[in-house]
Amino acid sequence: MRGAETFFIDLARLIVTWLEKQGMSPLVADIVLLVIQFICIAAIVTVNIIILIWLERKISGFIQQRLGPNRLGPWGIFQTIADAIKLLTKEDIIPSQTDKIIFRTAPIVFIVISLMLYVVIPFGDGMAIVDLNMGVLYFISVGSLGTIALLMAGWGSNNKWSLLGAMRAVAQMISYEIPLAFSLLGVIMIAGSLKMSDIIAAQNNVWFVFLQPVAFITYFIAATAELNRGPFDMPEAEQELTAGAYTEYSGMRWALFFLAEYTNLFAVSAMAAVMFFGGWQGPWLPSWLWLPIKAYIIMLVFFWLKWTLPRIRMDHLMSFSWKVLIPVTLVNLVVTGCVLQFFK
Amino acid sequence: MYQELKERLLKNWDGKIEINEGKDFFEIITQSEILFTLMEFLKKEFGFNYLANLCGVDYGEKFTMVYHVCRIPENLKVCVKADIPRDNPEIDSLTCLWPAADFQEREVYDLMGIVFKGHPDLKRILLPEDFEGHPLRKDYKAV
Amino acid sequence: MIESDFITINVGPQHPSTHGGLHAETVLDGEHIVDVKVHLGYVHRSVEKIAESRTYTQFIPYNSRLDYLATHLPAMGYCQAVEKLLGVTVPERAEYIRVIMAELSRIASHMLFIGSLAIDIGATTGLIYCFRDRERIMDMFEMTSGQRLIASYMRIGGIAEDLPEEFYPAVKSFLDDLPYMLDEYNNLLTGNEILQARLKNTGILPADKAIAYGVSGPNLRASGIAYDIRKAEPYSIYERFDFDVPIGSKGDNWDRFLMRIREIEESAKIIRQALQDLPEGEIRAKVPRIIKPEKGAEVYHRIESSKGELGFYIVSDGSEKPYRLHVRAPSFINLGVLPLISRGGKLQDLIANIATLDPVLGEADR
Repeated sequence: MRGAETFFIDLARLIVTWLEKQGMSPLVADIVLLVIQFICIAAIVTVNIIILIWLERKISGFIQQRLGPNRLGPWGIFQTIADAIKLLTKEDIIPSQTDKIIFRTAPIVFIVISLMLYVVIPFGDGMAIVDLNMGVLYFISVGSLGTIALLMAGWGSNNKWSLLGAMRAVAQMISYEIPLAFSLLGVIMIAGSLKMSDIIAAQNNVWFVFLQPVAFITYFIAATAELNRGPFDMPEAEQELTAGAYTEYSGMRWALFFLAEYTNLFAVSAMAAVMFFGGWQGPWLPSWLWLPIKAYIIMLVFFWLKWTLPRIRMDHLMSFSWKVLIPVTLVNLVVTGCVLQFFK
Repeated sequence: MYQELKERLLKNWDGKIEINEGKDFFEIITQSEILFTLMEFLKKEFGFNYLANLCGVDYGEKFTMVYHVCRIPENLKVCVKADIPRDNPEIDSLTCLWPAADFQEREVYDLMGIVFKGHPDLKRILLPEDFEGHPLRKDYKAV
Repeated sequence: MIESDFITINVGPQHPSTHGGLHAETVLDGEHIVDVKVHLGYVHRSVEKIAESRTYTQFIPYNSRLDYLATHLPAMGYCQAVEKLLGVTVPERAEYIRVIMAELSRIASHMLFIGSLAIDIGATTGLIYCFRDRERIMDMFEMTSGQRLIASYMRIGGIAEDLPEEFYPAVKSFLDDLPYMLDEYNNLLTGNEILQARLKNTGILPADKAIAYGVSGPNLRASGIAYDIRKAEPYSIYERFDFDVPIGSKGDNWDRFLMRIREIEESAKIIRQALQDLPEGEIRAKVPRIIKPEKGAEVYHRIESSKGELGFYIVSDGSEKPYRLHVRAPSFINLGVLPLISRGGKLQDLIANIATLDPVLGEADR
């Protein structure tokens, strides 16, 4: 049991000691380890996305009384891999009137930003790549950078649908950034730290979802909007904007956006698990299994919402953020502050 | 109701119109010059508020415009017909009386080649703008 | 004050939610609609011209391809128009079967309306549920005519064949399950807060405008005008059935949506009554093999199709082919009101407006 718990940490130590034995200085060994860790993250993310896409298809099939993918492999589990191969071999089409540099870099920027989120996520006990002092702040600020990528995609495509999608994306993501941050502030106030490990440690006795239920709900709603998922999938909105900001993208460039969205989805769900559900804490199983389990359960709710609800209207979306979510989160902050002061 | 309508119509346009009763629709056969005033009269005086249908028929030497006008929800029905000479196929547009005439007149213009005077946007609607000829005319030869 | 430009976008003809080849040239100020222009003709097949070179019988299948979502309704309208022209009386049993088929078509069309509205406003799952249930009607059409979508079952003077034995239990179980299906739609869609917010007070069509623009069918009734040709001018045997004409109050998208759900219930009522009273007997009147109405005869026959007033104006010249055939297509005329109800709304409302007007482009473009 103990071995399973510290398996990855032991592995990392083993690598570092082995590298040092080969005559490397500790600094170089650490850098090599970091590189290995980043590669691992990229691999985890890729495998994770393959599972996620398959899972979403299966779940949407279940909700819609269909079978979902069922041809490739048992339960159609290789469908996503086949799709990935198809997307990789597709012709790379860049429309002639686009702003080439912006058009090409937008998907890369998007995926890089979403990968950067994983740096601070504690996958298990002591298993964050960097346990930053201000991890939550890092997460929020890096997460909001995704707006730029969508704006680049919309503007660079030189297409009116894309531009409309990008306009919506910017308006929506900036508006929902505020309630997202505010709802996390309540948790931070209780934990008294911006460090992920401190926040998890503070949930030893009781999960913050019970202390901060309002904050969790507002976080969840704002996160749905941040992720551009249904019912808030304004920037994409197939039925209105054909594909919004992604209209001109095809093949692997489009797939990068798609991957980035799922990458973000897991990151935001993992963040919810860390902030509200005790992170990697849990009985019996090793800690590095608990966090994915919790994140997957949260993601199931995201899937469920997306495949049930109609898309909200843009102006309702904005007024919901400014007139409902922000006031509610502010009140929540005030109440939390008062209660903390009272029971100190 | 139809009786009163008949009397008023004959009083106003005696000799210019012909009335057929006993059919499914109360039928008025009129001339293209007075069509607009007659239609205006039907709408304003008798409250025929609903232009159900309009279409053109090519009778060789002449075109006939057929209008089916109703008053709803009472369901009073009038059919108005007006002949148009083939060499000068023009008739007043009814768009300002019933906006419903907009699309239908454009369709008749498109397929039959009848020009509606006073129509705000008389363009082809079903066929492409560079299409030649009017297919529903009897002398149209499909290639 | 920031100066901003208008942008013109072409919603369609290749767009996910324009129900076929509809092209709405939209001028936008940000998300606000300044103007909409409807362009049609992308699926124009010149059906009226084709009719002039086909015999009366040969033209029957073309009708099902007009409004392919309610396949029996246009065919029924056409056959009745020709029967009026000939003065043929249709046997009782055929009339009842026609009514059953027509109302099943109406239910199928309205179910598709609900489903396509759901997917147009982003609720993908609603579509699948409605298609699942509509499939049972398609199966019934297949039993009777061998075709699912564009069945040709109506004949001049009656119907093609009598109902097969397996049809009765199928339609009975469908009618029994219908309340549960509607419950499901109501749970998934009607009661949904987001859907209500999107449909209520958008795309308002006042009653006077609706009449002036020639809007008909459920769209007209949503504006509060109780005008249903089945009641106002009963054709076939509709005067024998007891059913209500649901009307809306405001004429917004929400009313137009509710109209469909309530009309499904009313149609089910009619089918139940028709099944109960279904008499035995002939299914086709004696009609000459070659149909030649008298010279100069003409008729304008209209029925209440699922989209509105579907009229057939036929002129005969005494030959076996119609001299002139005009289809008064409700979808075509209903689309004329799209700019009016969309102006001043949002881009997302335009999509909902198109969906609730329920145009079938096969019928609009003919």
